[in-house]
Amino acid sequence: MRPNPLCVNLTGLRLDNPTMLASGILGYTVETMKEIEKNGAGAIVSKSIGVKPRRGYANPTVVQVNGGLINAMGLPNPGIKEFEGEIRHAKQVLTVPFIVSVYGYSAEEYAEVARKAADAGADAVELNVSCPHVKETGSEIGQTPQILAGVIRKVKAAVKTPVFAKLSPNVTSIVEIGEAAVKAGADALTATNTVRAIAIDVETKMPILFNRVGGLSGPAVKPIGLRCVYDLYERVKVPIVGCGGVTNWQDAVEYLLAGATAVQVGTAIATEGPAVFRTLSHGISSYLKRKGYERVEDIVGLSHKR
Amino acid sequence: MSACRTKGNWLRTTRILDVKVESPTVKTISFKDRLCAEAKPGQFLMLWIPGVDEIPFSILGGNASGVVRVAVRKVGDATRALHKKKTGDIIGIRGPFGNSFSLSKGKVLMVAGGTGTVPLLFLAKTLLSRAKVTFVLGAKTRKELIFMDEIINGLSKDKLRLITSTEDGTCGIKGLCTQPVEQVLREEKPDMVYACGPEQMLLKTFEMCQKHGTKLEVSLERLMRCAIGLCGSCTIGKYRVCTDGPVFTKKQLQETRAEFGLSKRDFDGHKVRV
Repeated sequence: MRPNPLCVNLTGLRLDNPTMLASGILGYTVETMKEIEKNGAGAIVSKSIGVKPRRGYANPTVVQVNGGLINAMGLPNPGIKEFEGEIRHAKQVLTVPFIVSVYGYSAEEYAEVARKAADAGADAVELNVSCPHVKETGSEIGQTPQILAGVIRKVKAAVKTPVFAKLSPNVTSIVEIGEAAVKAGADALTATNTVRAIAIDVETKMPILFNRVGGLSGPAVKPIGLRCVYDLYERVKVPIVGCGGVTNWQDAVEYLLAGATAVQVGTAIATEGPAVFRTLSHGISSYLKRKGYERVEDIVGLSHKR
Repeated sequence: MSACRTKGNWLRTTRILDVKVESPTVKTISFKDRLCAEAKPGQFLMLWIPGVDEIPFSILGGNASGVVRVAVRKVGDATRALHKKKTGDIIGIRGPFGNSFSLSKGKVLMVAGGTGTVPLLFLAKTLLSRAKVTFVLGAKTRKELIFMDEIINGLSKDKLRLITSTEDGTCGIKGLCTQPVEQVLREEKPDMVYACGPEQMLLKTFEMCQKHGTKLEVSLERLMRCAIGLCGSCTIGKYRVCTDGPVFTKKQLQETRAEFGLSKRDFDGHKVRV
């Protein structure tokens, strides 16, 4: 049998294709995650889970703008104690790799949640060190190399599974942050989380989101995410997962050419429907055939050749 | 963003045109919104109360000049704030969202509990020319039977049979509105049942329709945040109520028996009783 040309190895995880469900989208329940798998996702990332349950912000939590969405959900999640059951269930039901997104207010909290997630069966953990709209976690951890490195070292000491660090684009130098993450032991980098943004209603003169500020996703951020992946690929050796505005196969191929091993998809599920995963895979597959490449891994980083 | 799937998702502000008291706990609010005025029965909108919250409402139809109505029952902080709003106050609108009821011919039975009457009244008006409607309208007490005049005046007498029920017996049959349903199913053998209201009522109606082999569509309510199928707050089984629903068929309800009538997701994503 001819090997599957879309298959990628991501830190030892085998993905049948390089598309993944991005964190924060749907990932509360196994049933909805299974639906995304049926629609062709090569891996699933859960919602970000913390030590304790969190209700998130009041609505409006999402507002549409030109080229995308701004959201400030506020990390709603049931807490790791409750989510452990969901992880165990997910491992029985899902056939693709299942990655649990983790957040915390300290290195110890990140490590605790990561350890419990891994013990419950998570194939990998992705550290949310980049959420732009919750105080004292997310990007407040991930924008300082020393703090980020401390978190990653603690997590690495607590789990045997691969550890992904999801980086924020809201920094002066994502390369500096990425290098610090890799030096501290990160097995892969996800680039990037949403771009800090705001929308104001002119009639009421009020910010629309309840939290006022949120994170921009969708087509508008793709060139930013792409640049982050491109810059990181020049300097780090670990696999990079592209995230930000992937809507069609050309977007996905751009990320691969920039140096991503896989891409994550979120906002496009609203505009294209859950079948977007299959559409992306078909498109990437046709591209490979047309250009004469045998495997998707053959095109990773090709745009760096001068 | 491209894509027709999120057409209507742009938030626009509009002024309240009218506020009408329907019962001690329910007010209808009307405002102009071209997109939502073209909504189909069963679809919903997100209404922004600036500085307070944004909550979902079933659409009570729109008229040719683009005026839309929603019914607001005072149940929490957001609806309390909305009850204080007056003509001329600014609100924000997104939508319409979700699927809609199928348009059945022949004999139909509508089972409406409380503000669940809203989408069914809209549907009944739409079906007027093609179906004979038996409308079961239930509430806790006579004063809470909303839209009764509108149901009677809006639908011709030979096409409509109205059955009312109240839990305290102050109007119509004493008890829950599912009480007369069994009899109607047996005697009238409707071609289709539509239901909207408290989930226990929907579950009972579902069980009776299973027993009688009658087609059924219900409108479900869950916590809504994004309304465009991303956040996962409103899921039931494999379905997202905001985009796969809010209208579900008997077959789909059968698939979600682990949750339908039992549990929903709370703000932090964990299961709570409905």
